[in-house]
Amino acid sequence: MAYDYEKSIRPGKLPHIWCPGCGHGIIMKGLIRAMDSCELDLKNTAVVSGIGCASRLPGYLDACTLHTAHGRAAAFATGVKMAKPEMTVLVVGGDGDGTAIGGNHFIHACRRNIDITYIVMNNNIYGMTGGQFSPCTPTGAMASTTPYGNPDPTFDISKLAIGAGATFVARGTAFHATQIDKLIAEGIRHKGTAVIEILDDCPTTYGRRNKFRSVVDMMKRLKDIAVPVAAAAKMTPEQLEGKVLTGVLYKEERPEYTEQYAQVIAKAQGA
Amino acid sequence: MSKAKGKLEVIEKYCKGCSICVEFCPTKVLAMDAFTVKVANPDACIACMQCELRCPDFAIKVEKIA
Repeated sequence: MAYDYEKSIRPGKLPHIWCPGCGHGIIMKGLIRAMDSCELDLKNTAVVSGIGCASRLPGYLDACTLHTAHGRAAAFATGVKMAKPEMTVLVVGGDGDGTAIGGNHFIHACRRNIDITYIVMNNNIYGMTGGQFSPCTPTGAMASTTPYGNPDPTFDISKLAIGAGATFVARGTAFHATQIDKLIAEGIRHKGTAVIEILDDCPTTYGRRNKFRSVVDMMKRLKDIAVPVAAAAKMTPEQLEGKVLTGVLYKEERPEYTEQYAQVIAKAQGA
Repeated sequence: MSKAKGKLEVIEKYCKGCSICVEFCPTKVLAMDAFTVKVANPDACIACMQCELRCPDFAIKVEKIA
């Protein structure tokens, strides 16, 4: 049976605006499968985004969606969750939106451990605004604003999230399509801030400036650099050079923010 | 044991011709046309679902027929 994605998509919204070969569509499919496997009621699910290519995603989903200011998705999502703790709140966005312009909101959502699931589609570049380098653009890579190569070191989004206090952190890639829905579903079921970083490709503004001959080359690169956590444990540091770990990277149980805040309200009301 | 068989449908108005499905099809069912993908070898489909899973544009549907 072909998978019925269109039941979760607003009628008449396809084809989407993403470029040929952009992995955002693959990730959106994974997200829909994850939402189905968690049996989420779309009328009780908020999908929040900022600005960017990845942030177009909520426009297609037939859930309660919120398309907000650049980088402010985590802040709006925190507001939604505080006002309606019974809602499932998902955030989608790119690496530039989430870790540069919205870096502050991102780390503080992680620190509070509020029960939201943040899906970062890391395509190493600001795609929609014209290919400027982001904190996730690899050192030496070409972007429209780094014509001599990017001199900056890069953010490791997963490590950033762990350091900031997120209690569930996982990483997947757009190539490993069946893993995406499992990681997102586990993140949704986790009580607390879950960050799922998904490595993605941007053929239009990143690939063509960085000597990728085709979309397929970019997909094969994702396949080559990904190493599952279990396999990495048996590898030497030399073998892991240039690789990225995939799978569930970190998980802990810690008090969730809206529950903590309910206690503050109860105390203030003299209960 | 007979092999699984699939029937492929390409929704042309969604397809942007990225060729991911052509590359990752293990039995070379799909091929590129001018700007979109076409089903070149329908009988070879083994319903592995790789093309449906990887199509970023929601343009491919596979039905298992055997």
